[in-house]
Amino acid sequence: MQKTYYDPADLKKFGKISEWNEELGAKFFEYYGKVFEEGALTEREKSLIALAVSHTIQCPYCIDAYTGDGLQRGITKAEMMEALHVAAAIRGGASLVHGVQMMNKVNKLDM
Amino acid sequence: MIKSLHKRQSELANAKRQLDILSNGIFQAGELPTFKAKISESNQFPLKAKKLEILQINLGYMCNQTCKHCHVDAGPDRKEIMGKETMLQCLEVIKNTGAHTLDLTGGAPEMNPNFRWFVDEASKAGIKDFIVRSNLTIITANKKYHDLPEFFKAHNIHVVSSMPHWTKGKTDNQRGDGVFDASLKALKMLNAIGYGMPDSKLKLDLVYNPSGAFLPANQSAMEKDFKKALLEEFDIHFHNLFALTNLPVSRFLDYLIASENYEDYMYNLVEAFNPNAVGNVMCTNTLSVSWNGYLYDCDFNQMLELPVNSKAKHISEYNERLLEGRDIVISQHCYGCTAGAGSSCQGTVA
Repeated sequence: MQKTYYDPADLKKFGKISEWNEELGAKFFEYYGKVFEEGALTEREKSLIALAVSHTIQCPYCIDAYTGDGLQRGITKAEMMEALHVAAAIRGGASLVHGVQMMNKVNKLDM
Repeated sequence: MIKSLHKRQSELANAKRQLDILSNGIFQAGELPTFKAKISESNQFPLKAKKLEILQINLGYMCNQTCKHCHVDAGPDRKEIMGKETMLQCLEVIKNTGAHTLDLTGGAPEMNPNFRWFVDEASKAGIKDFIVRSNLTIITANKKYHDLPEFFKAHNIHVVSSMPHWTKGKTDNQRGDGVFDASLKALKMLNAIGYGMPDSKLKLDLVYNPSGAFLPANQSAMEKDFKKALLEEFDIHFHNLFALTNLPVSRFLDYLIASENYEDYMYNLVEAFNPNAVGNVMCTNTLSVSWNGYLYDCDFNQMLELPVNSKAKHISEYNERLLEGRDIVISQHCYGCTAGAGSSCQGTVA
């Protein structure tokens, strides 16, 4: 058994996912590539979104990949950190907004 | 300001030591294929020189800056400067060459005391594209350089300047404190006389080198970002952006090793190898002349002291017939020019 669940070297093996199901793997990577092409949003904007989402889903591979990608695109530390705070705010807000449900319940049951 | 590797007597000031590092370790162990093995896979070995198009002359390693990534190990403490005798030999070649581009580099080429005389003489040859690679800050460094923009204009010089980012922090971190502000000032001086302005024939291009152990992103996307930021925030214009990959040579190699990024960086370069970039790498149509007149396939080979594989080894022995078709001298640093869309002094190649 490997000593850690995450190995940085595994990120480079991502493409091997297709080996066990070539059709779906190929479709996924084609889709993935298309998603990150410039469209209504620039590739740079998409990279920042990806970085923020990477932290939200706490994927170490994605954090590695999109931090490097951001540096390549000239994204600054300040922009990266602001994007992360957006992710953190939404994530924190998502917990807190459920407080309304809690309050509704309390108000219904409490005298 | 940091000192050059030479001044610090660093072991990496020695070209042979650099080549040892590039040839051994992960490449010797077979973890990564050598550049020769890699280009052999697509039957592109040996890489051959084509017809000469660009003559690049290094006027010396002296510079007013000591950028952290500099493959020349240039700086104020470097004294290697091209003398007038070698310049005269270069001028003989410039007059007779079929190359369409003359490219002066350094160090800061303007610091060579015979720079203006040399440009005066060389411009008489009527070469189509006459480039001076100016670091920008030299223009503002001393009163005697303040009129360089006018001098460039008078000689229809194509100015190519380094700019690693449109923010002060990233720029100064790579190129030294105060470089960003001084560069903006110089760019404004150039813009003021027409350089880089839309539809102007006075060409002003910028060169982007990543400020760390990562590769450059897509050149045209970077150009858009640079143009938007420099125009909106500083009202600065330029024409094209060339995105260059940092090659593991000299101070950038030193940085990679010191920051423990060397192996990962080489893996990234090899992983990004693009066989379609090989045929157009700059060494196939360029000749690099060192401050003392020796000939190299490119500026990087010059710094690694890998001379051309030809009987004509010095500008005084220059012979286009002998040099054309020569085998290009390669090592693992060449992966830097074939990564992704490729990299050359004129930007991407594939």
